[in-house]
Amino acid sequence: MQVTMTINGESVTKECEPRTLLVHFIREDVGLRGTHWGCDTSNCGTCVLWVDGEPVKSCTMFAAMADGREITTVEGLEKNGQLDPIQQGFIECHGLQCGFCTPGMMMTGRWILDNNPHPSEEEIREGISGQLCRCTGYKNIVSAIQWAADHPAENEVKA
Amino acid sequence: MQTPAPVDYVRATSVEDALAQLQKHGEEARVVAGGHSLIPMMRLRLARPEMLVDINDLDELKHIKIEGNEIVIGAMVRHREVLDSPILFEHYPAFRECEKVIADPVVRNRGTVGGSFCQADPAEDLSALGSALRGTVVIRNAEGSRTVPMRDFHYGPYTTQVADGELLTEVRIPIRPGAGSAYEKVERRAGDWAVASVGAFVVVKNGVVDDCGIGLAAVGAQHYSAPGAEAFLIGKAPTEENLLQAATIAADECDPASDQRGPADYKKHLAKELTLRALRRSVQSSKGA
Repeated sequence: MQVTMTINGESVTKECEPRTLLVHFIREDVGLRGTHWGCDTSNCGTCVLWVDGEPVKSCTMFAAMADGREITTVEGLEKNGQLDPIQQGFIECHGLQCGFCTPGMMMTGRWILDNNPHPSEEEIREGISGQLCRCTGYKNIVSAIQWAADHPAENEVKA
Repeated sequence: MQTPAPVDYVRATSVEDALAQLQKHGEEARVVAGGHSLIPMMRLRLARPEMLVDINDLDELKHIKIEGNEIVIGAMVRHREVLDSPILFEHYPAFRECEKVIADPVVRNRGTVGGSFCQADPAEDLSALGSALRGTVVIRNAEGSRTVPMRDFHYGPYTTQVADGELLTEVRIPIRPGAGSAYEKVERRAGDWAVASVGAFVVVKNGVVDDCGIGLAAVGAQHYSAPGAEAFLIGKAPTEENLLQAATIAADECDPASDQRGPADYKKHLAKELTLRALRRSVQSSKGA
C-alpha cells in the first residue's frame, strides 16, 4: 500500500506492507536512523517519536496508521542549525553514556516541557517512566531535562 | 526482529463503515485502536487477523460527556484523556488514581478505553474500576446496539460479548451523588501490570453505607467483582471493623493464580489489604460521610 505522511515538515510518500511497523518504516524506508529500535514490545521507549505532536512508541504502531499524520523524529528537534535546548541539555549535563535511549528520552523530554515548562523532578521521572536507560543514567537525564527547562529557546514562550 | 504476519488494512471513516468492514471480514478481522495489546500479540502470533480495521479516525467515539445520570465515555477515548478528564475526576477521583498507574505516559497517549475493555486482560485496571462502578458497555452491530452490564460483559480472560462484526462504542458509568472512590494497586515496577489492584466506591448516607462497589484486577475475581463483600457492607455503618470484614469477604471471592508476579497467598493478602484501603479512602471522601 502507499502511505503519505509529513516527517519533520516534509511530505513523504512510500510503498510499504500494511504489517510494516512505523519504527522500521522510518529507519529503513525513509532512512532516518535517529529513531532507535529496541525492545520491540513497547517497554523500552527508545523508538519514541511524535505522531501529531504526541510521543508514541513507534514499534507499536503500523506505518499504515501514520498515513496522513504528522511525524516528528529526533532529527526534527534541531531548527535552523540550532540545537533544541533539550539536545543542548543532554550535552551540558552528560545526559547520555551509550546513547541508545537518548533519542526517545529527548522526544519525551521535549514534550514534557512543552506541556509543563517547569516540571518538578518527580514529574520528569514520571514522564520518562516508560523509557529505559540501561546505563541507568537517569539522574543525568533528569538534570538534562531540567537544564532545558531553565534555558528555553528565545522563540519559546516563557511561562 | 518480530514482524507480524501479512495482514490487510483499512481505515474506517465512520462507525457504520467500521461495522460494514467487520461484518464483511468476519472472524478474520480485528479492530485496531491504540494497538498496544493487539500489535504485540500479532508479533507473537497470538493474534493473526487477516484484516485490520483502524478506528482511530472515528471522532464520534472520542467524547467524555454527561447524559442524564450517566457519564458516557467513547471507545476511542485514550487513557491520557481519562486521566485528565475533569468530568470523571469530579464524580470519581478513582479514575485519575487508576489511570496514573496504567502503563506509562507515552503508552497512555495511544491506549484506549474500548481497547482496554475488549482486550479483557484479567490484570487490566480500567476493567476492574468499571466493574466496581457497575458500568455498562454499548455494543453496536449492523442491526443496532445493545447495552450490557460490565459484570456480564466478560466470558472470561480475553473473551467478551463483542462478537464478530461488532464494535464496542461506549462505556457508561452511573453518577452517584456523594460517592467517594479510590483505586489501589501494587505493581512490581513503574508501569507494570498489577500484582493485585482494587477500585472501590462508597456512598455513605445517614451514617450507613447506602451503596458501594468493589472491583479487583489480577486476582481471579469473577467479572473483576466482589458482590458478596458489597452485599455485606450495604446497610452497615462504615466502621473499620465492617470494612475489614468486607475486605476479608472480597479476598475470599478471589481465586488468584501463582505466577511470576507472586504466589497466590500473597495475592490474596493483597486483595484483602487493598480492598480495605480503597474502602477506607472511599468512605473518607464520600460527601455523605
